[in-house]
Amino acid sequence: MTAMKRWAPPLLLLATLLGLWQVAASTGWLAEALHLEDFLVPSPAEIGESLWQSRALLAENAWVTLREMLLGLGCALIAGLGFAVALHLSELLRRAFYPLIVASQTIPIIVVAPILVVWFGYGIWPKLAIVALICFFPLALNTLDGLGSVDPEATKMMRTLNASRGQILWRVEAPTALPFAFSGAKIAVAFAAIAAVFGEWAGSDSGLGHLMLQDNAQLETARLFAAVVVLSAMAIALVALVALAERRVVTWR
Amino acid sequence: MMPTTEARDFAAGATSPAGAGAIGAPISIRGLGHSYGNLQTIERFDLEVPAHAVLGLVGPSGCGKSTLLELIAGLQEPGQGELEVGGARDSRGRLERCAYMPQRDLLLPWLSAIDNAALALRNRGVSRSAARREAGSYFERFGLGGFERAAPAELSGGMRQRVAFLRTLIADKPLLALDEPFASLDAITRAEMQEWLAQTLASHPRTVVLVTHDVEEALYLCDRVAVLSARPARVVEELRGPAPRAANRDACVTDPKFVVARERAMRSLREGRRGPFVPYSETKAPER
Repeated sequence: MTAMKRWAPPLLLLATLLGLWQVAASTGWLAEALHLEDFLVPSPAEIGESLWQSRALLAENAWVTLREMLLGLGCALIAGLGFAVALHLSELLRRAFYPLIVASQTIPIIVVAPILVVWFGYGIWPKLAIVALICFFPLALNTLDGLGSVDPEATKMMRTLNASRGQILWRVEAPTALPFAFSGAKIAVAFAAIAAVFGEWAGSDSGLGHLMLQDNAQLETARLFAAVVVLSAMAIALVALVALAERRVVTWR
Repeated sequence: MMPTTEARDFAAGATSPAGAGAIGAPISIRGLGHSYGNLQTIERFDLEVPAHAVLGLVGPSGCGKSTLLELIAGLQEPGQGELEVGGARDSRGRLERCAYMPQRDLLLPWLSAIDNAALALRNRGVSRSAARREAGSYFERFGLGGFERAAPAELSGGMRQRVAFLRTLIADKPLLALDEPFASLDAITRAEMQEWLAQTLASHPRTVVLVTHDVEEALYLCDRVAVLSARPARVVEELRGPAPRAANRDACVTDPKFVVARERAMRSLREGRRGPFVPYSETKAPER
């Protein structure tokens, strides 16, 4: 009952929007308003049909993209958490790196993608690098903020209870930082899909991004939308997985 | 005060280098000074506390009594003067001899009550099961029986405070530094906890420094109460608590002698806050 109450409003809204889109597209009104040919403006039903017909092709390319996302996220997770702990423990490292890290966030990493393709070729490596670079920041910064948010009184209390620096980190600071790290992970996972597709756009021979470019060139608009649907579904599923893990791990909140 | 059998057992179970053999640490403070930037919080401060004494520090808000407690506990380094706790002059040595209980219980929400209480043992490298066994042996006596696996959020305010005190006690340090331990509790729970603490200290004797803004609490719990002036803190007056300490708090605090001492402390507090203070050397304990 509570689940229904919670999910009913967004689902109803989604159904209404899809219904409006369906009517506007199938009557040709939307295409006319946009001054386009009918086949360039697919209806939700046509997208669903394309989703089913091209399921093998979509699944094959989705797996390529998902693998890039997961491996890139894995690299970002290891590097981000390691960086956060190192910067947290060393005042000097923090003072040196923190302003540069924040400033570097203004660099649109996505536009660096073509360079990475030149360097690493058409394989999985440039995609991994882009996903990892983009996911690194929310993970590292959130975790670092979390580690620093510990109540100084708790640290004092631990110091008088014989705790070493490592024990304070493991028993107090790390658990305090966990919810922050999970927030960062949710942002990172949502970004990972976009990053992987941009990586593929810069140069690839497979993946959902590659398929989108092909569909765009061949005016396969319905399948282009189908690829977007699959990509979003993967990102949503990953965010949901992270949220589920958070609920399992962070039981005290 | 002679340690009871129970207290001796507690001390015998000690595995820390600082706790071995010693269940009390005298404090000697001479000419202590401390400042935050240009703000002199403590100036030319003198205080002697014998081992096993329970000393109360009362004073107006912001007079530096919490800073004094952190200095004693080894959490800060003094600017001037000498500070000796159980023979140790450096902050590391003081830290080894002192367990600190902050105003808020600060129980770690990701640990159960028993794991919170056992933190000091775990930090010392005791295995989880052995640490739980030792901490668990106190739960019944501390009125926490059956709540070993409870999350801190599931405990009442008084129970949380008892777990926090157990965590401090289990560290097995000769000196306990308590910073307004019951300030966050309601009046009834606070009175109960004061009575409970008096009994617990009687059975587990330690040198105790208790910072509080509650004169009655200080006089009831402590052998000696130092009334501090406004910043920079100095001892305005030193009073003695009732001895022997009555088990019944109500009987103790309504005793006419106690009331006289309390009013006197209140007067000193008010005078100390205004300015002209009586140097420590010129104060005397009240006639008993």
